[in-house]
Amino acid sequence: MAATTSQPKPRPLSPHLTVWKWGPHMLVSILHRVTGGALSVAGLAILVWWLTAIADGADAYAEFIKLAAHPVGMVVLVGLTWAFFQHLLSGVRHLAMDSGAGFELGTNKRFAILTIVVALILTALVWFPVLGGKL
Amino acid sequence: MSVGDSATPLGKVRGLGSAREGGEHWLGERVASAALLLLGSWLAASLLLLPSLDHQTLVEWLRAPSGAVPMALFIIVAFTHALDGMKVVVDDYVHDEGNRFALNLVLLFLAVGGAALALFALARIAFGAQA
Repeated sequence: MAATTSQPKPRPLSPHLTVWKWGPHMLVSILHRVTGGALSVAGLAILVWWLTAIADGADAYAEFIKLAAHPVGMVVLVGLTWAFFQHLLSGVRHLAMDSGAGFELGTNKRFAILTIVVALILTALVWFPVLGGKL
Repeated sequence: MSVGDSATPLGKVRGLGSAREGGEHWLGERVASAALLLLGSWLAASLLLLPSLDHQTLVEWLRAPSGAVPMALFIIVAFTHALDGMKVVVDDYVHDEGNRFALNLVLLFLAVGGAALALFALARIAFGAQA
């Protein structure tokens, strides 16, 4: 029963992020998490701010709109709009996959690409008229 | 395995799986996301369909039951779903048990606090004197 003093052999590691070739499904998966985080933090903060500004009256709301209409505010709002649609669409994809559907390689890839394309189209559809003068 | 074998797949996740728990939480996350799918679509459509986004229009919109009620539900469900999601992120990336517990506690407080602020603002608009 001699105690072994040698180092144990390093355990094999499971394949990690770096060994995979990036595909649309991986991109959509990480985008779902990133957009969810952005909506949770920035999106909900702005929701509270917006409602509070409306409740505070016309002057406070005008102040909110001034910041929202600032180029930086616009970038944030367009970004959040895109995040909303991307997260909504990839969320629907996740709900479908939770039922066990859509795991075939071709189908899975097609719907992953579709969420990205449709989210961009919807974001553009929302913001072209808005930038045309609604705010 | 006798119970699991005779149960339907849905029965298994409803508390009869190997862990005996967790299935309800998993389902609850999906229920909240399905509700938010409807309420989020309602909010996006409303903002697009309102004739204008000026103060007067928004106050009138949120004073009517057709605006105030879905907005209240949206606030509750959005914060619930955000907390569900952020908790998954924390549980995935924060490995120290103490830090994980503390962060989840902070997230819970932020979510409840944020929802309360939003609901209070909505109540001020819906029941408020100014229009």
